[in-house]
Amino acid sequence: MGIAVTIEHLNKSFSKTAAPAVNDVSFSVNAGELFGIVGADGAGKSTLLRMLTTLILPDSGKARVFGFDVLNDYRDIRKQAGYMPGRFSLYQDLTVEENLHFFATLFGTSLEANYHLIADIYKQIAPYKDRRAGRLSGGMKQKLALCCALIHHPEIMFLDEPTTGVDPVSRKEFWMILTRLKSLGITVIVSTPYMDEAGLCDRIALMDKGTILAIDSPANLVKRFPYDLYEVKASNRLTLLKILRSHQRVLSAYAFGEFAHAVFTDGTDLSEVNVYLSAAGQSGIIIRPVAPTIEDYFVYLLQP
Amino acid sequence: MKQFFAFVKKEFAHILRDRKTLIILFGLPVSQILIYGFALTNEVKNSRIIIIDHAGDEQSRKLTQKLDASNYFEVYRVAQDISAVQTAFQKGEVKMAVVFPANYGNDLHHQRRAQIQLITDGSDPNLAAAIRNYASAIILEYQRELNAGIVLPYQIVPQVRMLYNPQLKDAHNFVPGVMALVLMLVCVMMTSIAIVKEKETGTMEILLVSSFKPLLVIVTKAFPYLVLSLFNVVIILLLSVFLLDLPVNGSIALLFFESTVFIISSLALGILISILTSSQQVAMLVSLMGLLIPTILFSGFMFPIENMPYPLQLISHVIPAKWFYGIVQGIMIKGLGIGGIWKETLILSGMALLFLLASLKSFKIRLQ
Amino acid sequence: MNIQNYSPAPLAIVAEQLSKRYGDFVATDAISFDVREGEIFGFLGANGAGKTTAMKMLCGLLKPTSGKASVAGFDVHSQVQELKRNIGYMGQKFSLYDDLSIEENIRYYAGIYGLGRKEIRLKSLDLIETLGLEQERAKLVGSLPVGWKQKVAFSVALLHKPKVLFLDEPTGGVDPLTRRQFWEMIYEAAGQGTTIFITTHYMDEAEYCDRISIMVDGRIEALGPPAELKERFGAASVNEVFYQLARTANRTE
Repeated sequence: MGIAVTIEHLNKSFSKTAAPAVNDVSFSVNAGELFGIVGADGAGKSTLLRMLTTLILPDSGKARVFGFDVLNDYRDIRKQAGYMPGRFSLYQDLTVEENLHFFATLFGTSLEANYHLIADIYKQIAPYKDRRAGRLSGGMKQKLALCCALIHHPEIMFLDEPTTGVDPVSRKEFWMILTRLKSLGITVIVSTPYMDEAGLCDRIALMDKGTILAIDSPANLVKRFPYDLYEVKASNRLTLLKILRSHQRVLSAYAFGEFAHAVFTDGTDLSEVNVYLSAAGQSGIIIRPVAPTIEDYFVYLLQP
Repeated sequence: MKQFFAFVKKEFAHILRDRKTLIILFGLPVSQILIYGFALTNEVKNSRIIIIDHAGDEQSRKLTQKLDASNYFEVYRVAQDISAVQTAFQKGEVKMAVVFPANYGNDLHHQRRAQIQLITDGSDPNLAAAIRNYASAIILEYQRELNAGIVLPYQIVPQVRMLYNPQLKDAHNFVPGVMALVLMLVCVMMTSIAIVKEKETGTMEILLVSSFKPLLVIVTKAFPYLVLSLFNVVIILLLSVFLLDLPVNGSIALLFFESTVFIISSLALGILISILTSSQQVAMLVSLMGLLIPTILFSGFMFPIENMPYPLQLISHVIPAKWFYGIVQGIMIKGLGIGGIWKETLILSGMALLFLLASLKSFKIRLQ
Repeated sequence: MNIQNYSPAPLAIVAEQLSKRYGDFVATDAISFDVREGEIFGFLGANGAGKTTAMKMLCGLLKPTSGKASVAGFDVHSQVQELKRNIGYMGQKFSLYDDLSIEENIRYYAGIYGLGRKEIRLKSLDLIETLGLEQERAKLVGSLPVGWKQKVAFSVALLHKPKVLFLDEPTGGVDPLTRRQFWEMIYEAAGQGTTIFITTHYMDEAEYCDRISIMVDGRIEALGPPAELKERFGAASVNEVFYQLARTANRTE
């Protein structure tokens, strides 16, 4: 499989005083891959995507999409790219069908010619085809936006947080659609703040404050977690973390929902930790190993 | 071509589905014409006057009647005490006071010479001057009647003819000016939000990535408004001619041609504003505030440009509405053909071209 | 929940058949639940399910159409002023002024909450120190990363020591580390006796709560501790519980 995107030392700053939005980013994406850029608001995901879609000029560095340079060959890139920007941005006062027809014509094709590309998705919104786009639910809007981005059979799709604010059911459906796009041979680069969605990608880049912390497949990233991870539960969740951290052999402990996650130094005797917690007034103590997730690895990377 | 139609179709859909836009687009011109044409008038018609008749004789009564009989005046009150004048003016009941001195009739009869005092409300100098003139004319007329049969040794009788607007109807002055003002405002406002709206909602991003041509966007955004504005011109003309008795002494086809040029220049200016601003609010502010006041001040229909100091006259040359106002007046009131207005037409066309080119040049193919 | 406490804590929030109707549309449909003092209660649901409406009623911002509710012991119908004095609120937009510095924001809100001048000074110093923001105290909030804004906003909402703290979708779009630090601040506040009422559509955040309720189409379809609900629905995560409930939902925004 060829390379779809190469990025070399890309930099972008929006002001001289603030930190750079994109800071010396380099990586590549394979053709036909479902590639996720994972990070929080302000991590630089949107800025990065906008540089790849040639909407913003980088301050320095290079990037190529299918061999075309983002600076000089932007016209060629724009012909091959499908783009879904952050919030819903189709024409609210046009109907579903009118939007589709417009975007098809805009790209020099027609709804009929490329219907097969969007058939699966369109089936889900077809009942609303005469409804104005502004009146659709969040999930429907995103599916429509996806159709409009797909309609001209792009080689590569750039999706900027397509499921933010969308209900969980629609989110799941949307990602099922994305994974199916691979069968059409389309490369998909999608940014998301959701860890569970990150797990559905072929490879992901963990991004924070403009820099890429790690890139690999979700499975491999998880393997990189350097410690044995344990989940700990006790009666008083509120004080548990403090007590854990006060223990000498605890390297880190953090909240993780019902259980806290903790990492101990090598050779720690867990029964001793148990006693320590009891002595501090906790009861119903459970300490057991747990497989780390992408989130655990991300937290580990983010810790100073 | 197909793309052009797709775009235009979409733009029409946007306009027709947005009630607020339609109200501004059509409601504004109609309401302005009606207001300016009917309600606001500087004409002297049935202006109320107060007569202070100290004489109370046949002569004073006759002159009073003559004043009352004319279309221009209506005798509101006849009083004896001069103090009534002050009160009447303060209350705004009258626009002029005519005072006959106690010996008016006597003086006229015996000494062949009498005086009358005309007091006008100077807080509106233009109106006061007009009233004074009309009153003087009527008195002069009356004097001639008294002198019928007598031939004076030397007489210079000015024959005054108000060319093009014999009745000095204000509508002839206002309506072309309002037409220019309103057309320009509507066009600029509408297109100024057209592009910036796409920037705000985010659809512009998608359009940019679709590698369409900027010229296409500009033309298709402007095109529907051109069509709708020409519609407006028809409505304005119909209202003016049939409701306000405006003449159309020149060629209507020429009028439409000139209107098209003017509309294009306004639309292009709006597009330029739309490209340079970042939010609809700012675009509206710039187009409304930035253009409204200068146009009213410098287009010439409210305040004569010739009376302005030279630097301000120069500024007025830059206002497209000034040229269009002159053109409309020329065609409608003076009946000029292309020969009489080719200079203005050229200037207006030049402005339209300038704005179009500026828009093209400043259209950003990237987000920043 | 503290098992060692044999007498149950008093109730901080009580809602009985609380409803809000807009004409024919029933935004909130006769919901009933209660929250104990010091509990962390998660109010979950999709967008449009009626969470925000319910929360606004509990904050005294919306008048219920029918039903009763009391917060911190004050009735939402008749004792709104006292109610508001005893609650804190942190909205999605963090409600901090971007063009004021951290310190100025803290002082401003402390003043609004009615703290005296000396108290304001002390509290703002204390807060800045606790958050470790001494270097940044004079920086404009607008230039701060989202995570810090969140922490400052949270602390500001607690300035007047409210009995109940309402958090409306506070952790959207923050990185995992910041989220955890934020939740530790919540734990800390709960440990000191503040009741926390948090709405969110991130189902995984439900796991941090003592008890949760899931709203679908204006009604509460599930109520209880996360572990119990997972067992009841045979689900591995609260997200799955929600998924099962939401599939039958009619209203999605």
